[in-house]
Amino acid sequence: MIRVESLNNKFGHITTANDVSCHFEEKKVTVLLGGSGSGKSTLLKQMVGLGRPDSGSIMFDGRDITKLARKELYELRKKMGMLFQGSALFNSLNIYENIAFPLREHTNLSDSVIKTIIKIKLEMVGLRGVENMMPSQLSGGMTKRVGLARAIVLDPKVVFYDEPTSGLDPIASGVIDKLIVDLNKKLGVTSIVVSHDIDSAFRIADKLIILFYGNLIAEGTPEEIKNSPDPKVRQFITGSPDGPIPFTLTDKDFIEDILID
Amino acid sequence: MEAIAALGRGTLGTVQILGRSALFILYVLYSAFIPPYRFSKVIKEIEFIGAKSFLIILVTSLFTGMVLALQGYYTLSKFGAEGVLGSAVALSIIRELGPVLCALMVTGRAGSAITAEIGIMKITDQVPALEMMAVEPIKFIISPKVIAALISLPILTAFFDLVGIFGGFLVGVLMLGVNEGSFFGEMIRATEFADIYGGLIKSLAFGFLISWIACFIGYNAKATTEGVSSATTNAVVVTSLSILVIDYVITSVLL
Ligand SMILES: Nc1ncnc2c1ncn2[C@@H]1O[C@H](COP(=O)(O)OP(=O)(O)OP(=O)(O)O)[C@@H](O)[C@H]1O
Ligand SMILES: [Mg+2]
Repeated sequence: MIRVESLNNKFGHITTANDVSCHFEEKKVTVLLGGSGSGKSTLLKQMVGLGRPDSGSIMFDGRDITKLARKELYELRKKMGMLFQGSALFNSLNIYENIAFPLREHTNLSDSVIKTIIKIKLEMVGLRGVENMMPSQLSGGMTKRVGLARAIVLDPKVVFYDEPTSGLDPIASGVIDKLIVDLNKKLGVTSIVVSHDIDSAFRIADKLIILFYGNLIAEGTPEEIKNSPDPKVRQFITGSPDGPIPFTLTDKDFIEDILID
Repeated sequence: MEAIAALGRGTLGTVQILGRSALFILYVLYSAFIPPYRFSKVIKEIEFIGAKSFLIILVTSLFTGMVLALQGYYTLSKFGAEGVLGSAVALSIIRELGPVLCALMVTGRAGSAITAEIGIMKITDQVPALEMMAVEPIKFIISPKVIAALISLPILTAFFDLVGIFGGFLVGVLMLGVNEGSFFGEMIRATEFADIYGGLIKSLAFGFLISWIACFIGYNAKATTEGVSSATTNAVVVTSLSILVIDYVITSVLL
């Protein structure tokens, strides 16, 4: 469904993608794992045409997202939903209007139908009853779930989730994990999930991709990743501070760095 | 050599920004004419830019008119010409102070807020979210603001003129004892349609300028908190200076 080919991207001296190639299959849940700042959100945005990479291509159903004109992108995006890392709710609109927004823009549904749809979507994320509140009145985890409700309100074929469970308690995380899996299993929604929650990733993924500072270090099923002999992958899934992956960005020796400055 | 190169770079940079901002505003205006029309957004923006500025304009205009009458009376009485005070106050306000002060006050109150609002929408991914929902952000966020400013500024300016003249009347006639008949008589005799028309042209130009600069700077702010705060300051400075320069240009063309 989506094929990323030799993608390169840099912001100044920060590399967010270094010759990354990977494949996101149709009707599967693919989880993109990686450390903080490793370029996951950037990759996710580039996959939907929000920002263009320096080079490489992103094929979506055979068309290169990085080369599409705005009109064609907008057409494609009507079939996509995206949960942004910071939820990206419109702070001038209340929760009801936030979720109703895509419906009002792209459908001719009557107010009563819209109302019903919103009730259903809010129930799916466990938040019925907050319709009249403003985004600033909700907690981080709650806005995340409202963002999710908005992302799926048009019943998209492909949903991009940027850290859907960060900031949620274990029960709410479990509910969202189940929601992602249900949408995928029951409605065949192709799901691309950015996460750094290893446990949740193994629970929901059909396939995992591990990104580290712009480099793709592993790609495979949860089984394959679990049994991977690669020390980088092992370090990542066990969360060990010692290993081939450095914790800091610079190669400079810490003691030297402190003493010399 | 270095200095000349730097100057060249600076000039090129400025020309580039001017070019980009021109393309930006053309696109904003073009989008405004393409359906779907966002009337309710325009009304909301008129409320923000226009209606919410009324109080601040009321105070500014009242005191401007009052101080004009005070100063004018002092000067005119030296020539024994207190009788023309009414026309002096009215002409200064309608031709010059109304449009300019009104625009400067709106810049401080609404222009800065527009830049900050758009900048914050960028930081919090609301702009990409619109694009993701296949809604053109410029058409959705910016065009209504520019239209609203074009509608609001002339109305605010007319209100400024009215209250300012009333302030002049308060001080000139009620306090300093200028004859009421000559105050208004001179005013009506001296004020021509061209004066009012000139004031209207200015207020339209300033409304355009305020929304253009505030939106352009906000939309191009770096998506960081420092980026937005410096964009807000820049917007106010650039808009205020532009208003004064454009005011001179329009005045010299119209005279
Ligand atoms: N628009 C931008 N301009 C400049 N640098 C950027 C931009 N967007 C992201 N970056 C930088 O790119 C790097 C990767 O950012 P990104 O948000 O993709 O990371 P991430 O993997 O999503 O991290 P996290 O897990 O913390 O969300 C970061 O160092 C960030 O500072
Ligand atoms: Mg991220």
